[in-house]
Amino acid sequence: MNKNPTWKYLVLLLIVTFGVIYASPNLYQAEPGVQVIGLRNAVVDTNTLERTKRILETAGVEVKQITLEYGKIRVRLTSEEAQNTARDVLRNKLGNSFAVAAADLPTTPSWLESLGGAPMYLGLDLRGGVHFLMQVDMVAVERKANDNYYEDIRKLLREEGIRYSGINRQENGAIFLRFKTEELQEQANAAVTTANPELIATIRESDGSFTMELQLTESAISEIKKAALKKNMLALRNRIDQLGVSEPVIQQQGLDRIVVQLPGVKDPSVAKEILGKTATLQVHLVDEDNAASTVTGRVPSGSKRFYYRDGRPILLQKRILFSGDNIVDASVSIDESGGPAVSITLDSKGANVNSDVTGDNIGNRMAVVYVETLGETKTDSQGNTRLVTKEIREVITAPVIRDQLGKRFIINGLDGRNEAKDLALLLRAGSLAAPVFIIEERTVGPSLGADNIEKGFTSVLYGFLLVLLFMVVFYRVFGLVASFALVLNLVIIVAVLSLLQATLTLPGVAGMVLTVGMAVDANVLIFERIREEIQAGAAPQMSIHRGYENAFSTIIDANLTTLIAALVLFNFGTGPIQGFAITLSIGIVTSMVTAIFVSRILINLFYGGRRLDSLSI
Amino acid sequence: MQLFKNLTAINFIGHRKFALVFSIALLAAGFYSLFTQGLNYGIDFSGGTKLELTYQQDVSVLDMRATLASSGYPEAVVQHFGSNKDVLIRIPLSPGNSDAKVSDDVVKILAASKTGSGDIRSVEFVGPTFGKELFEKGILALVYALIGVMIYVAFRFEWKFSLGSVAALIHDVVITVGLFSIFQLEFTLPVLAALLAVIGYSLNDTIVVFDRIRENFRKLRETDTEETMNISINQTLPRTILTSLTTLLVLLALYFYGGDALNGFAATLIIGVLIGTYSSIFVASPTVLMLGATAEDLLVEVVEKEGVDQPEHPYTP
Repeated sequence: MNKNPTWKYLVLLLIVTFGVIYASPNLYQAEPGVQVIGLRNAVVDTNTLERTKRILETAGVEVKQITLEYGKIRVRLTSEEAQNTARDVLRNKLGNSFAVAAADLPTTPSWLESLGGAPMYLGLDLRGGVHFLMQVDMVAVERKANDNYYEDIRKLLREEGIRYSGINRQENGAIFLRFKTEELQEQANAAVTTANPELIATIRESDGSFTMELQLTESAISEIKKAALKKNMLALRNRIDQLGVSEPVIQQQGLDRIVVQLPGVKDPSVAKEILGKTATLQVHLVDEDNAASTVTGRVPSGSKRFYYRDGRPILLQKRILFSGDNIVDASVSIDESGGPAVSITLDSKGANVNSDVTGDNIGNRMAVVYVETLGETKTDSQGNTRLVTKEIREVITAPVIRDQLGKRFIINGLDGRNEAKDLALLLRAGSLAAPVFIIEERTVGPSLGADNIEKGFTSVLYGFLLVLLFMVVFYRVFGLVASFALVLNLVIIVAVLSLLQATLTLPGVAGMVLTVGMAVDANVLIFERIREEIQAGAAPQMSIHRGYENAFSTIIDANLTTLIAALVLFNFGTGPIQGFAITLSIGIVTSMVTAIFVSRILINLFYGGRRLDSLSI
Repeated sequence: MQLFKNLTAINFIGHRKFALVFSIALLAAGFYSLFTQGLNYGIDFSGGTKLELTYQQDVSVLDMRATLASSGYPEAVVQHFGSNKDVLIRIPLSPGNSDAKVSDDVVKILAASKTGSGDIRSVEFVGPTFGKELFEKGILALVYALIGVMIYVAFRFEWKFSLGSVAALIHDVVITVGLFSIFQLEFTLPVLAALLAVIGYSLNDTIVVFDRIRENFRKLRETDTEETMNISINQTLPRTILTSLTTLLVLLALYFYGGDALNGFAATLIIGVLIGTYSSIFVASPTVLMLGATAEDLLVEVVEKEGVDQPEHPYTP
């Protein structure tokens, strides 16, 4: 009785091998290094590799290994000092088209890597870094879309020669038009809906006035929002690349949120400044014809009063010649008087407009407007505070056009070199399609991350040793077996986490500790059953057999209900909490395997198939 | 080593009136505290900014408080934690101070003062509506977990048992949250996660007892329900206590060695495990009894099944 068939040993061997292989990458410590990636269209190739080698050689940095893989250069270095030097010198010498990031590179041996082995992926609370949850202002997206349609419709009707007697914007964003005759109403309806199938027109007649209300369809609005979110993620990705962060995470969450995680970033203020900024440029012509009403008086309908940074007013034509979206490159430079400036390269569309307009307007002025969206707190009558957006538009310069301009030009009038640097970066990375706000930030400094790892590890170790001691004292040989099952359980949890590359967070470590305490429950259940059988007078072998058999369904019931709670937790979870749910869930499943299956094999190995007078339990 | 030499014969169910009084007293105290002083929400739920700074030398929180108060943050709470070199700064949400830039601003202000800004150990910011959202989601998760458990137990046992287990779980959660309110411990996101783990743990205990009750309903056909429950609870008592002990051991390790970040989490689970163990003995089964459960509730189903796919009774030797 209680003998193991050979297949059970094979399965045990398989489980142990799996655990050991996939847990072992965690034994290799990461080493300092730097990573080079190409920005926008720049490709990292063997040329870049050679350049990088030369730069590092000239700087006297000792390189352990340098590789080019998946369009990335990875340089392995001997010390953190070398890492800092290498990063700084490469940033300076490689130029704007490449981003250089310090990175801790794994040292997993290649045979392990080829089996898919990798160390556990540590969450930011363990490795240090910045976590932002950003809310995309979808109200602004909708408003902007409606604004565009308003201008488009006016233009369309003008071009088609359809006269309307009134046009205005409704509270809900709809466009409301009024016509003198039914015929005009019909013509307009036909023209507008053919050109814009995504608009729904509602036509009405009342008191001899013919009206038309235009609204975007639900699906069009949701498409616009999706596109805005995508574009924002792209812009954020570009900006983060510019900052030089290795392994950034940029993920959509829900319909209107973006998670950004920047491992290793120590100063959150720089990242916040760059990521959240919606700064862009718009270029308008100055309305020279109505200069008389610059300061006071009625502003003509095609123009608008803007202000310089020092508060001086200036009248600009409403039409935007081109904006940040038409800019393909921007870098810091200095103007003729030595002041900070940004030199700009336009795309072909922007360049065409620029050369046409400047050619026709020599002697007139062209204004560069700096547009930034800021979040502002408003408190409503119920005392709820919430963020609303506020747009700042400042004219930074309005030089006289002396020559026809084209693809390239320079903007000056900026407040210092830092502003020029930030503006150039933002223009290079592309503007955000909609304002974003940080609604959650969690920054963990590198020292706290290291502390957390140490404390987490210590508590796992102590909890583990206490439970081992407890089990051996209470159940002797059976306790030893349970202890082995527990060790194997921990190894398998680590192996599964490594293989899945699931994020291990500090609450995740807590989940491991908790699993250690709860995993032995299955063994306690079995062993208590065996004791009961012995007390009831059953023979030792029979007691073992019945103990395992009778406890089985209880163990399954008890564990499945805990699993339900863990899965709910996973669904609810934000980052760190999900980490807890993951380790708890994995732990529940693996503990059932080790506590029932593995411990039985060992007990059978010890006691099976021979005559016993008593059990060491 | 054995906890009890022989099978215990404690009349748990017979003492259910005392347990009822004890539980009601705890629940009432918890509810009273929740309604009068509420919970001490951490910034996860209340929103706001929390900064941990660490310095090379001892620093004065009074100076820092004064510096921040005179620079637009009169509501800043500055305190030491751990040592006189470590400082914790909390800034509640207020109109004008409700975005993620507050922390940068505070660091700048301190950097310009004679104290300096030290090293940033951690920064947490939760925006105005997001904290509320997290809280609502958390409460929903608790409700979903309870519903999930109720369905599972109703399916595996019977509705009276399902209600009994959920009553015990609600009992545990309310008392744990009540204690957080009474002692004004900080209620954070990890605490909420720990509450869900408490549900899982306490249920574990309850299910083990229920399983034994079901088994005994089949074995001891002559015994009445109350007696069967008593026997079952006594039979599982060593296991209930031992598992609680191993779990408490690891939780104590977590509480003492896991650092500040896991303190609240470990504390919640320690309270939850103690109350969960108590409730699986004194609340779950008595509730099932009061709902009028009898052996027939569980047996009818099995008898039906027996003819179909279970030719042999799995539990009779």
